[in-house]
Amino acid sequence: MSIFVDENTKVIYQGLTGSQGRYYGLLNRDYGTKVVAGTNPRKAGEEVEGIPIYANIKEAVKATGAKASCIFIPAAGVQSAVLEAAEGGIEFIVAITEGVPAHDEAHFYNHLQNEFPQVQLLGPNCPGIISPGKCNIGITAGHIAKPGGPVGIVSRSGTLTYQALYELKEKGIGCTTCVGIGGDPVPGTSFIDCLKAFEEDSETQAVMMIGEIGGSAEEEAAEFIANNMTKPVSAYVAGVTAPPGKKMGHAGAIVSGGKGTAQAKMDALRAANVRVGLNPTEAGEHMVDIIAELTNK
Amino acid sequence: MDLFEYQGKQFFSQYGLPVSDGEITFTVEEAVEAAQRLGTPVMVKAQVHTGGRGKAGGVKFAATIEDVHEHASNIFGLNIKDHVVKRIWIERASDIAEEYYASFTLDRSAKKHLGMLSAEGGVEIETVAEENPEAIAKIWIDPTSGLTTEMAENWVKSANLPEQAAKGAVKILLDLYQAYVKGDADLVEINPLILTSDGDVHVLDAKVTLDGNSIFRHPEYAEFDKTQTRDERETTAHDRGLQYVGLDGTVGVIANGAGLAMATVDVVNQVGGAAANFLDIGGGANAEVMAGALEVINNDPEVKSIFINIFGGITRGEEVANGIIEALQNVDIEAPIVIRLDGTNADEGRSILKPHLSETLQMAPTMLEAAQQAVDLARKDNDK
Repeated sequence: MSIFVDENTKVIYQGLTGSQGRYYGLLNRDYGTKVVAGTNPRKAGEEVEGIPIYANIKEAVKATGAKASCIFIPAAGVQSAVLEAAEGGIEFIVAITEGVPAHDEAHFYNHLQNEFPQVQLLGPNCPGIISPGKCNIGITAGHIAKPGGPVGIVSRSGTLTYQALYELKEKGIGCTTCVGIGGDPVPGTSFIDCLKAFEEDSETQAVMMIGEIGGSAEEEAAEFIANNMTKPVSAYVAGVTAPPGKKMGHAGAIVSGGKGTAQAKMDALRAANVRVGLNPTEAGEHMVDIIAELTNK
Repeated sequence: MDLFEYQGKQFFSQYGLPVSDGEITFTVEEAVEAAQRLGTPVMVKAQVHTGGRGKAGGVKFAATIEDVHEHASNIFGLNIKDHVVKRIWIERASDIAEEYYASFTLDRSAKKHLGMLSAEGGVEIETVAEENPEAIAKIWIDPTSGLTTEMAENWVKSANLPEQAAKGAVKILLDLYQAYVKGDADLVEINPLILTSDGDVHVLDAKVTLDGNSIFRHPEYAEFDKTQTRDERETTAHDRGLQYVGLDGTVGVIANGAGLAMATVDVVNQVGGAAANFLDIGGGANAEVMAGALEVINNDPEVKSIFINIFGGITRGEEVANGIIEALQNVDIEAPIVIRLDGTNADEGRSILKPHLSETLQMAPTMLEAAQQAVDLARKDNDK
């Protein structure tokens, strides 16, 4: 099993005719993802390497029955792309685009909550989601992930997600699903959404979580883990030594007014019995231990 | 993007908020002339991107032109928490009866806008929050429906603002919310918001942070980008479009991806060293970007060694390796370099690097080992 997506997930690419959308859309298809359509109002009727382009989501959904979409549209257009997808019947939206204004994110997040509660948005500013061997939506290099589980990964950072997948693969450990939730202030999918899904997923036996400074998402996740998770969790929080008041690349990664420090996050996670590594390698080693313990049980 | 107080007030006035007349000045003479035009008494206010100006002596009341001259002479060049004063805002003085606090920001947990209002203004809101949290009236606003007049009226009541200030405060809060939303601000804060002895509610200070991602809607914000406080290293990096944060250590860090760059800084510090910077070159890691990054690091005299930490995802190891080699041919690097290259086609990348390896260009198999090597090299240089 996997969470949010599987080998049957059909995906429409919003922005498939752009350079990024085309590049990753085709890579995703090569990986095995069912890339069934693209949208572009000015290029309806054309195709991209055999993938049909429709004028809008509604027509693409009608023709393909897809329930998922992936957004590769410049930041200025993301708000309307998300709303178009939800209104057109998409239930899982992956927004890869970075640089979306925080007010737009807050607006469409709440719009979805109010009008389309069944819709799950992932991102914006995220690497996407991969269920190794089944489906890869976004910009993750598919071959660095080993299929089969038993670990689920959820991460706020792109390259550290790859690092985690790779470290596990090197150690012979597979992954059920790896979700990059992104580093923006208002992520559509939270750590808790993923932890909840991993807890319910029969194939996932343990979860690796990668957080970073800023906000309180890791603390909230820790509370959820303490109260609701039976599966073991290992974690790493990036930015242990980050100075306050400086944005570390991601819009959301900033320690302000003494809040959002890595130390506070690590303390909260440790209190929830999460095995916290001081660097990504250590978190990977914790996961090796966890898997060994599970197998010996 | 942080705005200076005077920029914040100009921003506020576009949305109809009542601010005092004033002028921005860069010399003592300009300050005096501005005060003559405005008419004394005036406030002489240091413009810096940090708090605690008043305590540091950066905000003074001037009853006469002589006072303006004296205060401006003292304040120009004043160092407030490492921010040297280069601009002074001269503003017509207000008659303060009471001081309040008002702000809007995004509550990332609630994923709604958070408004805060307090009858106890003029002091740091963190202090009020700690000592007397009930004195702050909070309101959470759904961005899709916004702040209505009725909500603002109830909010003002719950903050216990006096009757005579209520009407003015409601108007200001509604306008401030418009400025926050339409202006794509991360934060708008008025502290203090004052009641004058004439019964007017008035904006006496302005703290505004704008969302740099919204610049496509607000091309005029490019002006504010030019007045951000950056050190020399940060300016060079910014001009090259690199995500750079200057730190105090001796190991220069280059990594691809914000998370990996943060982790690299962590690891350098954990093995007993200190990172000189955070630098994220993004996903690509081609020769041009790598050369730019190396130049930025090279300009930092404190850097004694460089740690390049690249994880190839879509970008393949051999592309990264070729990028590094090409960049090194174009930039004259003084400090020794340690490279850790992992991920897609890492072996191919490593074999490209191998013939180029030397005392000053080393390679390590893991992130931890590479960090240790870079820290040792930095130490060796120090012992010289």
